[in-house]
Amino acid sequence: MATLPADKDLLAASAPPHERYRAAEHFRDRDHEFDAVKLGVWLFLATEVLLFSGLFVFYGIMRMLYPEAFIHGSSLLDWRIGLLNTIVLLYSSYTVADSVRCAQTNDQAGLRRNILITFFCGLAFLIIKFGFEYGPKYADGKLPGAFYSYPNAVSEYEPLWWGLYWGATGIHASHVIIGMGLFIWLYIRSLKGHFGPKHYNAVEGVGLYWHIVDIVWIFLFPLLYLIH
Amino acid sequence: MASITTGSKAHHDDHGHGSHHGHDDSYLTPKSSLWATIVDWATTVDHKKIGVMYLFTILFMFFIGGVAAILVRLELFEPTRTIVDAAGATSIKGHLLGSVFQGGSVALDQANNTYNRVFTLHGLVMVFLVIVPSVPASLGNFLIPLMLGAKDVAFPRLNLLSWYIYVLGSLFAIASALAGGVDTGWTFYTPYSTSTEEGHWRVLFMIGAAFILGFSSILTGLNFVVTVHKLRAPGMGWFDMPLFIWGMYGTAIIQVLATPVIGITLLLLIFERVFHIGIFDPRMGGDPVLFQHFFWFYSHPVVYVMILPGMACISEMIAVFCRKKVFGYRAVAFSSLAIAGISFIVWGHHMFTSQGELSAVIFSALTFLVALPSAVKVFNWIGTLYGASIDLKTPMLYALGFLFLFSIGGLTGLFLGALSTDLHLHDTYFVVAHFHYVMMGSTLIAFVGALHMYWPKMFGKMYNEFWGKTGFWLVFLGFNLTFFPQFIMGAHGMPRRYASYVDEFTIYHQLSTVGSLVLLVGFLVHLGNFIHSLLAGPKAPPNPWGALTLDWTDTASPPITHNFHHEPVVTHGPYDFDDVVPPQTNPVDFPISAAPGKGKAH
Ligand code: HEM
Ligand SMILES: [Cu+2]
Repeated sequence: MATLPADKDLLAASAPPHERYRAAEHFRDRDHEFDAVKLGVWLFLATEVLLFSGLFVFYGIMRMLYPEAFIHGSSLLDWRIGLLNTIVLLYSSYTVADSVRCAQTNDQAGLRRNILITFFCGLAFLIIKFGFEYGPKYADGKLPGAFYSYPNAVSEYEPLWWGLYWGATGIHASHVIIGMGLFIWLYIRSLKGHFGPKHYNAVEGVGLYWHIVDIVWIFLFPLLYLIH
Repeated sequence: MASITTGSKAHHDDHGHGSHHGHDDSYLTPKSSLWATIVDWATTVDHKKIGVMYLFTILFMFFIGGVAAILVRLELFEPTRTIVDAAGATSIKGHLLGSVFQGGSVALDQANNTYNRVFTLHGLVMVFLVIVPSVPASLGNFLIPLMLGAKDVAFPRLNLLSWYIYVLGSLFAIASALAGGVDTGWTFYTPYSTSTEEGHWRVLFMIGAAFILGFSSILTGLNFVVTVHKLRAPGMGWFDMPLFIWGMYGTAIIQVLATPVIGITLLLLIFERVFHIGIFDPRMGGDPVLFQHFFWFYSHPVVYVMILPGMACISEMIAVFCRKKVFGYRAVAFSSLAIAGISFIVWGHHMFTSQGELSAVIFSALTFLVALPSAVKVFNWIGTLYGASIDLKTPMLYALGFLFLFSIGGLTGLFLGALSTDLHLHDTYFVVAHFHYVMMGSTLIAFVGALHMYWPKMFGKMYNEFWGKTGFWLVFLGFNLTFFPQFIMGAHGMPRRYASYVDEFTIYHQLSTVGSLVLLVGFLVHLGNFIHSLLAGPKAPPNPWGALTLDWTDTASPPITHNFHHEPVVTHGPYDFDDVVPPQTNPVDFPISAAPGKGKAH
């Protein structure tokens, strides 16, 4: 097995941490570890997709049963805000992909910048979500199930729609919040020089997670805002 | 090869990685003080220690679930009813409940309520805290890296995290039980589960416990899939893996793919209880049957999460104690994957009575399909037995017991999968007996057998064969005495989940209760045997059964902290008993199978 190089680099104690990084001892080398981490992350993403597909199935069935409730409920959402948030997330998906590239090319400043931008995109998403959507809807009484008090419903099943709306976007938003926590973690580590061309497992993993968060939104946006 | 491995080891020492002295210490070697040892275990990322911690927590939960089971059985010794004596005074008949609750019909309600809570606790604990994690989290964690020739699982810290999540989930369940428990049944069917005890936290806690445990299950599964893909020793191709690994691999795939669905379902159930979102509530336009679909979309695959690890253990036990290549290795391996795949498309057989006719017919047909790969395995194992010189040690007895009980469990599954019979048998004791034959009679039996087989490896001590066999016979007979009568009374119409019954069923219930006590004694014998082994058992040799997989041939008993001195290189198949003298044994004990009287059928 000619897999020595990974460990050879360690000798230079003055080298930045990402160059000195040594794979966990049950892996042969860094590439081996990278492969394993990547497979693990993909499996984890599969679980996320399945989690949300449960929600999509609920959506499909309920919509089939009560189309008028869903059409009216949907018409009460402002698609422009949804679109704005879609753009914010799409842009953040670009920056997070770029942060992986920066790590690969050892562009440390670019790496940190991209991580920060992505973090702030997440924040912007939440501010828009809470400020322009959750807040006003709460005030109008467009709330799930038993808490529903909006006076102008056209169908008695509209509370169901709002239950799904809050449930689906709420679970998605919690993923955004977790992602932002991960970006803080990445940022701190990037300050310490943990990531570079030979070691960027965490950047890649969090990046993939963020793409899933994005893709889920890409499905939620038309389902909730656009289809009438 | 060897020089490189040694080289990198020396290198780890340079960096003072970990504080272990010497690589040759057994993983069980305590630290300098008790406190240091506790901290060491609580923060360990060693898959062996995590496996052992899982083992003991699971056994503890098994004890709790077992106590609930015995309470249920004692209660059913006689039907719970109100009786009015000649003087007009009312009292409650019923073994335990009758002595707790007295008075009129309110007391009877309370008694029934209590009964519901106890069997729910039993079901929840046994399913989510015992059987689902049982083999994978304990033996799987311990053995997978050893069998693959790896130093650890792919993600050791996630592995430790999964144990803590498991403990957290158990604490939620225990807290809920201590606060009075829940009466929903382990299936949490809506709308009952969303409306019972409106607003009380303990129901939320119990649902929350199942939700939390899901994460632990996902982490274990994810870890195993990656470990099997990436950490096989040099020379070990997919078809050189022990069949144990194939079983665990199928299990892990189901865990990863099915658990998220129960996650979202339970989350929505929680939303439903807290926010009344209405998804499962018919009053608001929701659909309670939708919950059943989602529940079983997870819970049917998960019955294979329960059985595949059992089958995984059986393959090892049969091969080693028959000293023979498993008949049809590839068929056994692929049937694990087939089971994993088919298990996702048969969930509707739990709801024949609550869905449309066409879908019921389709699900019935698909259900028959799932029996095929199971039968393939059983036939292959029996084929392996044929002509072998079988060494009837305790694990082998358990393996034979498994074959017998699983056949009954699986075949009665077909009765239930046939539409017309199921309409009669649904929600009767026949179903209860069916799933106990597969969950307890098969998975748990395989677990206990495998625990005997791997006990010397895990703890470096031999157990006593006589008491092991005694325990087996008590468990085996007790089990059949407990559950066989349930088939009969179920077929005669005894519904499940009632504290009371008509007199006609008394004899079956009493047999069943007696059986459960025999079962209890059997388990206590095993417990005593294991404790005795830890305290005073003879030291185990590295390879007491003459096996050929790396966990026996290349490590000590108990294994050293780093599992192997050198990265093992695989040079023979896991079951090549015909060609290879088992390493680390006295060749006189385990001659090559081709020798007269051994192995080959012809
Ligand atoms: C040969 C394969 C099997 C077939 C065809 C089969 C079929 C069935 C059917 C049709 C039912 C529904 C009965 C009803 O509610 O009316 C059922 C229930 C059940 N089966 Fe199986 N089964 C098989 C194997 C297993 C295995 C291996 C396990 C677990 C290790 C298992 C665990 C269960 C459980 C837990 C239930 C009842 C759940 C409940 O309602 O509480 N089955 N089975
Ligand atoms: Cu099933």
